[in-house]
Amino acid sequence: MNGVPLAAYLALGLFMFTTGVVGVIIRRNPIVIFMCVELMLNAVNLTFLSFARYQFAAPVGLSEANGNINGQAVMGGQAMVVFVMAVAAAEVAVGLGIIMAIFRLRKEIDIDDMNLLRG
Amino acid sequence: MTWLEANPVLAAIIRVALWVFPVLLAVPPMIWYERRLLSWMQDRIGPNRTGNITFSRSSRWVPGFLKGKKFGLKGVVQPLADGLKLIIKEDITPGSVDRFIYLVAPALALFPSFALGATIPWGPFKGLTPVADVNIGVLWILAISSLGVYGVVLSGYASNNKYSLLGGLRSSAQLISYELGMSMALAAICLATGSLKPTDIVEAQTGPLWGIVPGLANWNLFTPYGFVAGIIFFVCMVAETNRAPFDLPEAENELVAGYHTEYSSMRFAVFFMGEYAAMFVYSVIFSTVFLGGYHMLPINWQSLGEIAPGLSWVTNAMQNVDFWLSPVWLVGKAFALVTVYVWLRATLPRLRYDQLMSLGWKSLLPLATINTMVVALWMVVSRVYSPIAGVVAGLFGFGILYLLYRALNNVGIDRNKFLTSREIDLVDVPRSVA
Amino acid sequence: MQITPELMLFGGIASVAAAAAVGVVAFNNAVRSALCLVLNFFILAFIYFTLNAEMLGIMQIVVYTGAIMVLFLFVIMLLNLGAPQMLRDRDDPKTFAGIALSVLLFALLGSQLLPAFLTVTQPGAPKDFGAPQNLGRVLFTNYVIPFEAVSVLLLVGVVGSILLAKRKI
Repeated sequence: MNGVPLAAYLALGLFMFTTGVVGVIIRRNPIVIFMCVELMLNAVNLTFLSFARYQFAAPVGLSEANGNINGQAVMGGQAMVVFVMAVAAAEVAVGLGIIMAIFRLRKEIDIDDMNLLRG
Repeated sequence: MTWLEANPVLAAIIRVALWVFPVLLAVPPMIWYERRLLSWMQDRIGPNRTGNITFSRSSRWVPGFLKGKKFGLKGVVQPLADGLKLIIKEDITPGSVDRFIYLVAPALALFPSFALGATIPWGPFKGLTPVADVNIGVLWILAISSLGVYGVVLSGYASNNKYSLLGGLRSSAQLISYELGMSMALAAICLATGSLKPTDIVEAQTGPLWGIVPGLANWNLFTPYGFVAGIIFFVCMVAETNRAPFDLPEAENELVAGYHTEYSSMRFAVFFMGEYAAMFVYSVIFSTVFLGGYHMLPINWQSLGEIAPGLSWVTNAMQNVDFWLSPVWLVGKAFALVTVYVWLRATLPRLRYDQLMSLGWKSLLPLATINTMVVALWMVVSRVYSPIAGVVAGLFGFGILYLLYRALNNVGIDRNKFLTSREIDLVDVPRSVA
Repeated sequence: MQITPELMLFGGIASVAAAAAVGVVAFNNAVRSALCLVLNFFILAFIYFTLNAEMLGIMQIVVYTGAIMVLFLFVIMLLNLGAPQMLRDRDDPKTFAGIALSVLLFALLGSQLLPAFLTVTQPGAPKDFGAPQNLGRVLFTNYVIPFEAVSVLLLVGVVGSILLAKRKI
């Protein structure tokens, strides 16, 4: 919006990211850990989008000579957010399938006890 | 309307009120209408006793001309009586429920019904409607209908009742399956219109029918792709509002227990108010996208006036009627669709869960996708080559895709299943304590 | 830094989002964590609307709030992890160390990034920056190869999750 400094959006994104990091470190339920990873991905989305909106510097290397119209170079941040959303969706689907398969096998979920690959 | 532009916040509040209150007011007549129509179709008389007044024949307090007269209201007061009963009924909250979610879930089920129509115009009056004329109008409908799943899931969970939970999960699986068919059907229409705004979709439906017939309007339901998309959208709409023949969540009320079994009195009323409001709003959305919105008839009065200048006074009068009575026409179309809803409930038996899921995933979604691809093919070819080539390419593409769909549907069917199958179990029972 | 009405509006919305993010980590009950995350994603969609990215905001509601979180809630409820006595995170020295390290991370990154952008208050992108037409055009011209690759990825995801969920193949 007009009048809101870019730092405000970045601060919110950073806060969400560090909260996600706390969650991944502290929690022992793998589904909650997964949710904190989604929180981190959304913080990154917000950061991409706020930089794309504020455009505080001209995009480097994307000149008309290279065939890229400056207007289209603006949209890189949004395209990145689209791809992050799609990748996150696919990751959640497969990851939750894995968690359900593990739960079906072991009947309990505690991430500290899943250490079969420990050397 | 300049004062509307001067205070945007006040204008927004007025627009919201102009949408929410009519939808709220439309719910009791719909309840009465459904009960009377359903009972007429089932060869019985519906509620017609509420509010009837019979004046006494012999009392001296009654004036002479009223002695013995009966005034019947045909049961119109019945929804009011139902609401009053539900309000004064005892509110039972089970002891071990998750308090906060139990209280919030009915509100979560009610909110999408009203928010759905925020981008739908109920008249050609700019500034008064729609509530928000954003670039992404049709996607808003899909977004809010996917939020409708939460009310069901959370009310099933919060009831602390295994059967409620399973009923809620089943119902939400039904909801998310039919959302996809709805999205694809709307995608075909948005492709053909070229815009995601419902105001633009209504505008595009005033052009000549199929682009060539001058006097008639190009309502989307009368175009070939729009007809298929309309049928798919209608079936998905019936499934989204949990109405017969897709009313497995309500049927589980009779059989085992549904997701709102632990909710009594007013909370139950909130659920059903949400369902009826959703029915009405979905009908309004269907009328806007497929039936030309707030216009009266599929006739373009202006071009008719240009073709036949002798009838110009008729066409001018009709244009004024069309313009000033726009909300009436829209509500009329919505009530016609509600009639079809009730008709389906009276006629069709309930679908079993696996039939329901296979209809949504294996029939409606592929058909909607084929429809979208054919529309895209038609548009590209008619822009690059010529409209006739576009139609030919569309038919050709439809033929190929339909054959592909039939072939894929027959892929997994093994006629000699008993002789050739060998089942592998993925879940190993551990032999020792692992 | 001036306090404009837009900044106050953003502060209100952002504080709800931040509180919801803390709620994801803080609640022991997995269902309440998931609901806090739903609220966070919903509020984030409105923040995207304030950034004029309406297409992405509505995609956030449709994809994240309407599909991914429903999937999370399904899995939590089917595995019956809502009951708080099922998994109680013990009092761990990890908790204190985790929070301390994250505060340190926030301070480190924040002190380098945030002061530089406090003065950037005028958005530079054109007005119809987030319109679906523009995003669609870019996705189909400049970024068409990642677009097609992502569609293959989603196909792999669909096939993989169906395979994982079947009991017999």
